[in-house]
Amino acid sequence: MFNPHESFRPAFSYTNSDAAILRFPFPFPHDQYRYVVNLEPHVKGGPTQAYDAVFDVDEHYVAECAERALTLIADPKRCQVLPHMMAAQWDVLELIMESLAADYPDHFTLIRDGDAWTWINRPLNIEQHFTFGDPATLPYEPFEYITRQAQGDFTIHDQRDNDLWLDGGMVTAQADWSLDFDLGMSFMEWHAPVPKAHELGVFDRALKFLLGLRLGAPVRRVNWTMTVNPRLDTSPEAYPSWGPDRTTITPENVAEKLHLRVELQTLFRLPRSNGILFGIRTYLISLADLARVEKWRKRLHRVLRDLDPPIIEYKGLTRTRRAALDYLAQFDDGAPIPPGTAPGQTTLL
Amino acid sequence: MTQSARLHVRVAGIEPLNATLRRITLQHAEGALLPASAPGAHIQLELRGDTRSWRNAYSLVSPPGTRTAYSIIVRKVPQGRGGSLYLHERLAIGQTLTILPPVNLFPIAGLARKHLMLAAGIGVTPFLSTRAALAETPFELHLRCRAADQAAFQTLLAPWPHAHIHAGPDFNPTDLLRHQPLGTHLYLCGPTGFMQAAEAAARALGWPAARIHQEHFGAPTGGRAFDAVLARTGRTIHVAQDQTLLEALEAADIDAPSLCRGGACGECRLPLLAGTPDHRDHFLSESEHATSIMPCVSRSHGEAITIDI
Repeated sequence: MFNPHESFRPAFSYTNSDAAILRFPFPFPHDQYRYVVNLEPHVKGGPTQAYDAVFDVDEHYVAECAERALTLIADPKRCQVLPHMMAAQWDVLELIMESLAADYPDHFTLIRDGDAWTWINRPLNIEQHFTFGDPATLPYEPFEYITRQAQGDFTIHDQRDNDLWLDGGMVTAQADWSLDFDLGMSFMEWHAPVPKAHELGVFDRALKFLLGLRLGAPVRRVNWTMTVNPRLDTSPEAYPSWGPDRTTITPENVAEKLHLRVELQTLFRLPRSNGILFGIRTYLISLADLARVEKWRKRLHRVLRDLDPPIIEYKGLTRTRRAALDYLAQFDDGAPIPPGTAPGQTTLL
Repeated sequence: MTQSARLHVRVAGIEPLNATLRRITLQHAEGALLPASAPGAHIQLELRGDTRSWRNAYSLVSPPGTRTAYSIIVRKVPQGRGGSLYLHERLAIGQTLTILPPVNLFPIAGLARKHLMLAAGIGVTPFLSTRAALAETPFELHLRCRAADQAAFQTLLAPWPHAHIHAGPDFNPTDLLRHQPLGTHLYLCGPTGFMQAAEAAARALGWPAARIHQEHFGAPTGGRAFDAVLARTGRTIHVAQDQTLLEALEAADIDAPSLCRGGACGECRLPLLAGTPDHRDHFLSESEHATSIMPCVSRSHGEAITIDI
């Protein structure tokens, strides 16, 4: 089930199986990309199987955990939590362990005897006995411990003074933003670089909504960008490694080299700390793989073609969009396609 | 707000504290663990009487983080809406109830230099779960109560070294509010009149609004019942007091799109033709409120509103 030997660094070895392609969380329900507060309840079930678990585990799980460990060796500041967030750290550990054990009982088991807990992670070959609430009984602080065993980035937010504060995170697979830079910022501060949405009032509404987020009623949204090569770490810190990739796209290599990068973002109220956990689960798919779904290849062509210039710039697509459009245009006959993001086919082209 | 999944609980304990106060302990109906809770959190109980039902909010008084049981304290209010009478006269050990998971609208301010807590009567309950969270920060709790309740509250406040109980109606917090160190946060819980007077006194003394926290018990999604007239079909949909307009439309099998169910996304927006709407959304502008309503949170001030569906 897992591809443990994938690599997200040069010389890159990353593949999506047919099943992984069909479960990809394609982000565009309409032909035109629109900035909206596209939050919906994070309930099990959605357009693809990527929505079937609280925290989705797929064939890249083992490789992504290994990639995270490598990134942390080179740059330990990718995981930082401010000291007042210890209650939130335990909240996150509990939420992730309970969810993984419930959704994937073949892979994960959580045994509780009061505060004496045993955590078994079979894919990573871990059996950990520890005392819930006592950080000294774990090899890392609780947030780092459990997010080293989860796919996707995570941030934790303190709620104070009618605002949310980015007071901790495990961020090794980000689309060009820096935890070290944003740590401690308020909601408006860390969203400041996003174009257009401020004028539309999107962030005012989103913040009000999140301040009222309820325990047991998590929400989700998808976000997207494009990445050259199947690279998870596109951080500002690593820019010298990946920035030049953008100049390497040619008509010959665009289908294999350019990837649609989708973040399935989830937001959970945390019970003891009253904080919020933000999960940013990244999925990568090459244009060649995406083109095996008729609806998706046509829709991506239309979305990219009609994208607003400020968004092209913000998402870093200036150098790669032309080649992507030239590749995708051959598939698009202009015929109407139904709304929604489900693939609409059960086998690939 | 997006509706949380309901929890099924069983009444595990009923303990009288005095003639009008009782502590009720709830455990998960299937023996599972309940969600942990934060200091100051409350739960909603759904109660079904013979002729009507209630959805009442009660502060958790069990230690935060406890997952084996929730405790609440309920005051018997003979002239109330009936929910507390039900809990005092009808509730039996072993009975099952549905509740909504804990919500915390009254958190402790983590950066406060001092906490000043003013409570009246049963308004002391949200403070009872906060003791451990106060840690090293100085705090002071003042409770105004009836003489008849003094003994019961004294017992509940035994772990509070700085609690002051003022039995009788004469407690005036103005002097206290005048002599607090910079960086103090004020927390108020009690009857509306008590909270308004204390807040006004604090504001008059120059307390910043962001340092004043109040716990209001009122279901944010409920309100008075009303009718929604659907102009295109002529149907009339009744919206009960503990139901949202969106829920009423859904219950009547009307296809009503929605996403966040919390007044933020705009997905459920409907054209409004007549009536005096009670807008509670965060999405529509003031001018849009004249012609639109968001049924996931908004209601009607009057007997009926008319919507263009």
